[in-house]
Amino acid sequence: MKIIIMGCGRVGARLASLLDEDGHEVIVLDNDTYSFRRLPASFGGTALYGNGIDEEALKKAGIEDADMFVALTQGDNRNVMACQICKHIFEVPRVMCRIYDPLREEMYSALGLETLSPTKIFAQLLREKVGESPEKKAPGKKGGKK
Amino acid sequence: MYIIVIGGGRLGYYLLKALLNEGHEVLVLEKDARICKTITEELGSVCFRGDGCEAATLAEVGTGRADMLVAVTGDDEDNLVACQVAKHKHNVPRTIARLRNPQNAALFKKLGVDVTISATDIILEAIEREVPTHPATELLSLEEKDLVIVDVKISPESTTVGKAVKELTLPKGSKLALIIPAEGSARAPAPATVLQAGDQIIAVTTPETKEALQAALRGI
Repeated sequence: MKIIIMGCGRVGARLASLLDEDGHEVIVLDNDTYSFRRLPASFGGTALYGNGIDEEALKKAGIEDADMFVALTQGDNRNVMACQICKHIFEVPRVMCRIYDPLREEMYSALGLETLSPTKIFAQLLREKVGESPEKKAPGKKGGKK
Repeated sequence: MYIIVIGGGRLGYYLLKALLNEGHEVLVLEKDARICKTITEELGSVCFRGDGCEAATLAEVGTGRADMLVAVTGDDEDNLVACQVAKHKHNVPRTIARLRNPQNAALFKKLGVDVTISATDIILEAIEREVPTHPATELLSLEEKDLVIVDVKISPESTTVGKAVKELTLPKGSKLALIIPAEGSARAPAPATVLQAGDQIIAVTTPETKEALQAALRGI
């Protein structure tokens, strides 16, 4: 698959290298070339300087025949806008959008975007951890389960 | 009318002032505490500190009863999201977004923003209008009706000089509204009105037939 990732932060860079290892054609887009230092030396994909909310930059990255687009910048609004460009203008088959703000995430999910809120997912994960009995750590001690 | 303005920058500030003068109920949403304080000190409690892209903030300021939301921050993505949240979460009937990148106009329309305004386009048009040889400029765009009002100049080279209005073949949906001669006062065009070099013609047309109308009027 040809996958374009917008935002080469910690998550973006890691995802890029994992997908590259899986044999996908990966293009990472960032408007700060310094971010590309996060990519491992073994990364075989393309790192491209450009702004993902600019149609020209997306075209340069090859959006027109991409199978998937993932938006992972720090800005919820940038992610949302880039994803909507990819979905509605370039008709990319699959578009995934990271949105930190749970309320905004729900709204755009209702509007038909495939959205992920790390805030929600991580909070839920921690809640489940809290609910688990801490058997391994402190045997015999009280706590954990209610 | 209750109007919510997103962004208290220079544009937001003057817009707020103008709308208040017209007697509207206006509220500016601004993230920066300092800007908020300045506006409040100067104009009273018409500035609310918060993120205009957050549904919760918009709920707090009663966006549900707003007649209009105008997003004029410096970032297109923020303006887009503010308008979309207002539309989809709070059913605001009319949303207006400022554009930094004129290319985004089509996308914003597609995503439900009612009106987009690009300062870049407006400045370009204004400058073009000042270029004497520029044949046609768009004066106004009536987006809901899908019409534009244009100003076409008849130059001495135009083959239509000396022709009467009824001899012209105008594209469908185009209407001549006014003829402003180089000298003398403006007049409404009659079928027998003869075009002169130096005439300025104000006409109504659609964005698609703009070029065709210009060609028909100038005959070049």
